[in-house]
Amino acid sequence: MSILVDRNTRVVVQGITGKEGAFHTRQMTAYGTQVVAGVTPGKGGQEMDGIPVFDTVEEAVSKQEANTSIVFVPSRFALDAMVEAAEAGVSLVVCITEGIPVHDMLRAFPLVRSYGTRLIGPNCPGLISPGKAKVGIMPGDVFTPGPVGIISRSGTLTYEIAHHLSQAGLGQSTVIGIGGDPVVGSTYADLLPLLAEDAETEALVLVGEIGGTAEEEAADWIAAHLHIPVVAYIAGFSAPPGKRMGHAGAIVSGGEGTAEAKAARLEQRDIPVARTPAQVSELLEGRRR
Amino acid sequence: MRLLEWQGRELLARAGIPVPQGSVVRSPEESRQVAANIGGAVVLKAQVPVGGRGKAGGIRTATTPDEARRVAAELLHMELKSYPVRELLAVAAADVQAEHYLSVTLDRRRRSPVFIYSPTGGVDIEDVARAQPQKVRQVPVPVLEGLLPFRLRRLLQPAPHSLRKALAGVATKLYHMFLNYEAQLVEINPLAETEDGLLALDAKVILDDDHHPGQQFEGLREGDQDPLETEASEAGLHYVRLDGNIGIIGNGAGLVMATLDLVAQAGGQPANFLDIGGGARSDRVKTALDIVNREKKLDALLINVFGGITRCDEVAKGISEATDSLPAGLPVVVRLTGTNAAEGRDILSRSGLVPVEAMEEGAAQAVRLAKGRT
Repeated sequence: MSILVDRNTRVVVQGITGKEGAFHTRQMTAYGTQVVAGVTPGKGGQEMDGIPVFDTVEEAVSKQEANTSIVFVPSRFALDAMVEAAEAGVSLVVCITEGIPVHDMLRAFPLVRSYGTRLIGPNCPGLISPGKAKVGIMPGDVFTPGPVGIISRSGTLTYEIAHHLSQAGLGQSTVIGIGGDPVVGSTYADLLPLLAEDAETEALVLVGEIGGTAEEEAADWIAAHLHIPVVAYIAGFSAPPGKRMGHAGAIVSGGEGTAEAKAARLEQRDIPVARTPAQVSELLEGRRR
Repeated sequence: MRLLEWQGRELLARAGIPVPQGSVVRSPEESRQVAANIGGAVVLKAQVPVGGRGKAGGIRTATTPDEARRVAAELLHMELKSYPVRELLAVAAADVQAEHYLSVTLDRRRRSPVFIYSPTGGVDIEDVARAQPQKVRQVPVPVLEGLLPFRLRRLLQPAPHSLRKALAGVATKLYHMFLNYEAQLVEINPLAETEDGLLALDAKVILDDDHHPGQQFEGLREGDQDPLETEASEAGLHYVRLDGNIGIIGNGAGLVMATLDLVAQAGGQPANFLDIGGGARSDRVKTALDIVNREKKLDALLINVFGGITRCDEVAKGISEATDSLPAGLPVVVRLTGTNAAEGRDILSRSGLVPVEAMEEGAAQAVRLAKGRT
């Protein structure tokens, strides 16, 4: 099983002719993902490595049956690109772009949702169902197929944790980076029900960081609904309040969003919180026994 | 971008929200002049980007222009929560009958703006929310809906009847200001009831660092501007200055935060947060090394890279090119894993550096080496 992306996923890359878009299109294709189209306004009719490039997402959907979009366009064009993809009828939009104005996201979120489309990101590494499809920018060889679902707000920290899991023989069903911005298309709480229903996902790792209360909401949902082993890791215990730690959303403000508060809620809900990234796989093995 | 109070106040005034008479001053003499123009008691407020200024002695009252000059001289010599006071806001003292709280901020869960109102203002709103939750009203405003009047009726239910119309007026203006300046927070606390009507006696404004370009942002600047942080961000790096003595560089915000946590757990103190971002080439790594070593004498440096899009050999190249400019004797611990890690380790060993495999090991080693130097 796995969720959201698999061998049937047909990807259109928005911004395929840009530096990042072209590089990651090749990486995704090499991983085995079906990239069926690209979109760059003004470059319709061209090809990139044999992949047809269109001016609009509508053509990518009607001519190539794309059902998932990955967005690499510059931040000031991202709102337009996300809504265009949703309106054209793809069921999933994955936005990699960093630095999108928050007020653009306040519009993008309800608009994309109004077309019944799910949004992952922005400012995220995308998602991967190991061995099936990668719709993102993560190094594929870190991940191995298996029973552990991962939802994370971070990129490289997720690779770190997945690397340990893979080495311990704990492969992954689907790994999703939800992004480090204050306004993201999907939070833990939006994705947890999908993993809960996935027969292949037998355990869950939740990787969080300072800022907001999404981890607390996830802890509550897990306690009420999820009956598989869950382990969490939270980054940012040593972050000073009021400082943006790299991610736009990673900031402790008004006493809210501290790592301590998140860890406390998770542990209160009987979800162990690893103290180091390496400890995640140890705790998970303990829980699965 | 957190604005200082005086800039936030200017934005409120531009939006048509009443603020007390006064202006920003930078010298005792200027304070005297402003006090003389106002012609009555003035409040002098230290302009630093932190809360709790009153308790820390950063807000004082003066009844005459000469007293204003004296008080200003004292305030301008102060340091509040490690921020030197360089500017004051001098405003007419108001005759306050009651204090309210009003703000618009981001509701991350709903992904929409949200109004927060309380008839109990002038104190920390989180404290009010804990002690008397019924006195704090939150009303989200879906951006696509626009601001419909029923939202304000719901927001202002806890307000006295006689004030609801005036409060709705201020709230409407504040909402438009929130949109116009692409804010993450616009807060008036206290919003005072005076004989002359409502008056915004404080302004806390946080704008989105990633806002669209626009004329309305001209002249606005970060209240807490750190020149090194600005330089880093221009080089595509995220740098935050911290108090310790162990420099930290890594790729990816989450990984760097986790590295800081490991160093702290091992009993060390991070000197900074520095994220070189994705796909960094050797020159960006060199700049990062330069920035963490610039102003502070480090006792150890820990570099933690999980190669993915970022190639370990590029990082190693940047490190080895910069080794000559690093302070002599500075212990450097490098953790490289992932894409091209073997090539990266080769490059490092030619520069006499020994990479470690795991970040936990790297953090412990950096702390040990730093302790050996102090």
